[in-house]
Amino acid sequence: MAIITVKDLRKNFRVSVKRPGLSGSLKNFFNRKTILVEAVKGVTFKVSQGEMVGFIGPNGAGKTTTLKMLCGLVHPSGGELLVAGHKPQSRNTSFLKDITLVMGQKQQLIWDLPPLDSFYVNAAVYGLNKQEASKRIDELAAMLELNDELVRPVRKLSLGQRMKAELLAALLHRPSILFLDEPTLGLDVNAQSKVREFLSKYNKRYGATILLTSHYMADITSLCSRVLLIHQGSLFHDGSLDELTLKLSPYRAVRIELKEPQPKGLFVNYGQLEEFNGCLVRLLIPRETLTDSITSILNNFPVKDLEVCDPPVEELIGNLFKNPNY
Amino acid sequence: MFKTLLSTLNIIRSFWSTGLASELEYKFNFYFEIIAVIGNLIGSLFVLSLFYSPGATLGGWTWSNALIVLGIHTFLDGITISILQPNLSRIVRHVQLGTLDFVLLKPIDAQLWVSLRMFSPWGIPSMITGFLLIIYSLISSTYALRVSTLIVGILMLTCSFLILYSLWFLIASTSIWFVKVWNATEVLRSLLVAGRYPVSAYSAPLRTIFTFVLPVAFLTTVPAEAILGTSTGIMILSSVSISIVFFVISRYFWRYALRFYTSASS
Repeated sequence: MAIITVKDLRKNFRVSVKRPGLSGSLKNFFNRKTILVEAVKGVTFKVSQGEMVGFIGPNGAGKTTTLKMLCGLVHPSGGELLVAGHKPQSRNTSFLKDITLVMGQKQQLIWDLPPLDSFYVNAAVYGLNKQEASKRIDELAAMLELNDELVRPVRKLSLGQRMKAELLAALLHRPSILFLDEPTLGLDVNAQSKVREFLSKYNKRYGATILLTSHYMADITSLCSRVLLIHQGSLFHDGSLDELTLKLSPYRAVRIELKEPQPKGLFVNYGQLEEFNGCLVRLLIPRETLTDSITSILNNFPVKDLEVCDPPVEELIGNLFKNPNY
Repeated sequence: MFKTLLSTLNIIRSFWSTGLASELEYKFNFYFEIIAVIGNLIGSLFVLSLFYSPGATLGGWTWSNALIVLGIHTFLDGITISILQPNLSRIVRHVQLGTLDFVLLKPIDAQLWVSLRMFSPWGIPSMITGFLLIIYSLISSTYALRVSTLIVGILMLTCSFLILYSLWFLIASTSIWFVKVWNATEVLRSLLVAGRYPVSAYSAPLRTIFTFVLPVAFLTTVPAEAILGTSTGIMILSSVSISIVFFVISRYFWRYALRFYTSASS
C-alpha cells in the first residue's frame, strides 16, 4: 500500500536578483527585482510502507524542496500530495506525530546541555511520560551505541556522536516515516557506516518508511533498493540503481593489462579510450559490440588480465549533471 | 481541555527548566546582569527625582505614585528580559538558520513554542526590584490599597504584557519575509522605556501619540492608575480590548506569515 503519493508536484520560488556592489544593493533596496524559479516541475511517484528510497541529484536539483513539501514545511505551488493519509501542508497533529525530519546540516539539540535534556523536552512535546521516554531512550541508545555521550554537553560531542544523538531525538516518538536530508554529511567513513547500519536496523525493527537524500553514493547503494533521481526539478529516474546505470551508460568499462606496451592508436576503434599508459588500457565499449570487441582484443594483443565492469555510478551521474541537455 | 492545559504546562516546565539550565552554564552573566539592573534603576530614580521638589507633582502625579509607574516599568522590563527578549529574538535566528523547520514539525502550537521556549533568569532581579518599588510606593503614600483595585491592576498588567508581547511578536514574525528585523524589535524596547514615567508627564502631542498611536499609556500608566483606583472604566475597557485585538492579530498574522516560509536552503 502506498504511504506516500505524489502527483505532478510543483514548486515555484520568487528569488530576488541583485546586481553586484553597493549601487546594485541600493537599487535593489528601492526596487527589488524578482524572477520566478521553478524548483520542482511536476514530479510524480509513490512510496510503499517500509520502503527505503534514496533521493539523488546535484545541489539545487529540487530534492530538499521536494522533501520539505513532503513533510509539510513548504507549501506546494501545484499538484497533489498525500503522506500517511494527510495533506502535509496542513500539519495536523496526528500527521506530525507520524513523521520526523533529520537534517545533516541543522541541529535541534540544545547546544549547551547534554542530549538527555533535549530528549526529555521532546518527550514532553510528544506527550510521552517519563518512564516511557526513558525506556525508548535506552532502547535507541543501545541501537546507536550511545552511552555516556548522553550526559555530556552537546557542544563537547564529536560530529558523529552529535548526529547519532540527533537521530535519537528525532526518533523518540517512533515515527513511521523518516525524512532524512543528508544525515551523514561531514561524517567520517566509520561514523557514516554506523549511521547506515542503524537506519537499516530501525527500518527492519519498526517497519518504518525512510526517504533520504545524500551526496554519498555509499549511503544510497547500501540502504536503498530504489532511487529517485531528480535533475533540474524533474524526475529523471525511478527504479533500482542497476537500472539507472543501464539507462545512463550504454557502455561497459573494460580494463586491460598487457604483457608488453602497445601503440595507443590500435585501441581507439573499439570505443572511448579513458586511460592509457602503454601496458594499462581502460576503454568504454558500447554494450552491443562488447563480445566482438573482447574477442578481437584477446586475439590480437598479448593480454595479461582483462576485466569488464560497469562504470562507477558516481561518474555516470556526475556526467549527467555536467550535461545540461540530457 | 483540562488535560491539554496540564500537558501544555508540563511542556512549558520542561522548556523553562532546560532554558534555565543552559543559562546557568554562564555564571558570570548573572553578576553583570544584577549590576546592570541596579545602575538602570538608580538612573531612572535620579531623573525622576529631578522633576520633584518637596510637594511638587509631575503631570498630576505625586512622587510616590510616579514610583508605581516606574515599578511597573521595571517589572515589565524584567519580564521582557526573561521571556520576550530571549524567545522573540530567536525567531529571527530560527529563520536565518532554518531551524524553524524543527519547531514547525512538532505536534504543538508553533507560536507557543517560539514564544515560551526559553526562560532567562536575568530578568528576575528586575522583576523583584519592580515589585519592591511598587510595594514601597504604596506604603510610603497615604493611599489605602483595596482588593478590587489590586485585581483590576493585575488584570491591566496582564493586558499590558499581552500588548507588548503581541506587538513584538508581530514584528518578529515579519522576519519570515525580511529575515533581519533586529532593529525593529529594539524599537519596542524603547517604547517600553518611554513608559518609565506617567504619560501625563509628556507634552500634549506626545501624550496623544502614546495613547492613540503607540500604546505606551497602556503599558505602564493605565495599570498604575488601576492600582491607585484612579482609572476610568473606558481606559480599562480599552486596555482589555486592545490587548485582545493585538493578540488575535498576532496569531493570524503568524499563521499567514508561515505560508511564506520557505526555510533556509541547505
